Amino acid sequence: MFKRPYYIALALVALLTLLVLNLPGSTAARLKLAIGSIFLPLFGVTGAAQQATAKAGDALLPKSEFIRANEALRRQNQELRFQLMQAGETTRENIRLRQLVGWNEKSPWKLKLAHVIARDPANWWRTVLIDRGSRDDLRENMPVLTPDGLIGRVSAVGLTSARVVLIGDANCKVPAAILGEAAESGIITSAGRFDGSFVNLTYLANRANLKPGQSVVTSGLSAIYPKGIPIGIVADAHSVESGLYIEAQVKLVANLNALEEVWVLFP
Amino acid sequence: MTKLPNILILLATVGAVFGAGVFHGIRQLFGAQVDLLPALMVYTALSSGPPMMITVAVLGGLLFDTLSANPLGTSVLPLLLVGFLVQPRRDLILRDQTYAQVVLGLLASAVVPALSILILLTLGHSPSLGWGSLWQWVVMSVGGAVAAPIFFITFGWLNHALGYQRIIETSFRPDREIRRRRNSP
Repeated sequence: MFKRPYYIALALVALLTLLVLNLPGSTAARLKLAIGSIFLPLFGVTGAAQQATAKAGDALLPKSEFIRANEALRRQNQELRFQLMQAGETTRENIRLRQLVGWNEKSPWKLKLAHVIARDPANWWRTVLIDRGSRDDLRENMPVLTPDGLIGRVSAVGLTSARVVLIGDANCKVPAAILGEAAESGIITSAGRFDGSFVNLTYLANRANLKPGQSVVTSGLSAIYPKGIPIGIVADAHSVESGLYIEAQVKLVANLNALEEVWVLFP
Repeated sequence: MTKLPNILILLATVGAVFGAGVFHGIRQLFGAQVDLLPALMVYTALSSGPPMMITVAVLGGLLFDTLSANPLGTSVLPLLLVGFLVQPRRDLILRDQTYAQVVLGLLASAVVPALSILILLTLGHSPSLGWGSLWQWVVMSVGGAVAAPIFFITFGWLNHALGYQRIIETSFRPDREIRRRRNSP
């Protein structure tokens, strides 16, 4: 068995841990950042190693492959410029009409690119760390997207990194609406599945006419998420709480298991 | 050089937490990330003294909670409990046997996440739990069971390669050797 001093040491450590667990949120967050700085050089080394690997991979690719990719990107760029021309006209018309009706002008999205540097090692949270922090003007509750759709919101901000809580985590509830004839709105919650590609759209009205394949977007009924950001596609729906409301399973459009680059949306 | 095993264990603690946050191969393959800290705790409890065991539990737990959304300190107590249960029985446990290492790794890796979730629920947090969590628990436990003997083998090899070789004393002394000669007439 242990000697007496070891029992005292164990009791002291347990007591200190309980004290740390009961620290106020801001102090605990500051302490977390201080301890987390141990990992900063390791993140730097990992990032440099990934870049070196990518460069080595590029060097091994034949020139014809680059020419083909360049040609495809040039074509895509031209198509996007035409679409932008068309969208620009629609935007101008929208602004004009808004001014006529007297509505507030909608400000365009400001986005900032960030890289995912780590995932939550605990399986019961769905969060990632990104390499942007308060130094880059990030603040809590900013929406985070990929070109496919919404992935979550910023939940904690450090100087050089921030934590993003992903859709499907119990701490990330998103007001969402179904596009099309159903036009019902509800709340996106966790589906309790381990792969993270499905979420639940809950509190939908009983009369909702749901069909698989309908698109789900942010409803705009919150101060955090702007309206119309794609979230997913309805996969299945069933009645819950003895028919009180309908819950739909939604397949996310963004792949949360393969996040590398994300965009933080500034208000 | 007697501090080498302890330095290696501390480096492995930082590496285990960092690896769990950065490398996602197992998560993408099995849908759950394996936590190597419980298996490392088993190795530490069986091979080092109580001060090292407490250091690994505190350092590993705090680092894990830093990378995770857990409140700071959540993982310390479960790791400490594993060490506290294993360490006093180290002379009774067949620590050189692989099956004992596997069983201890399995039990530790099953107990630590369960206790962490219990602490989180007690503190009023709401972790994402569902039927899928059972599968994740199985993956974590089996992962820990596999990791424990790997830790024993790796640390054994590293200590052998980097540490001083143990001097094997024999009863043979050249100065006391009886030299037999044929007597010349």
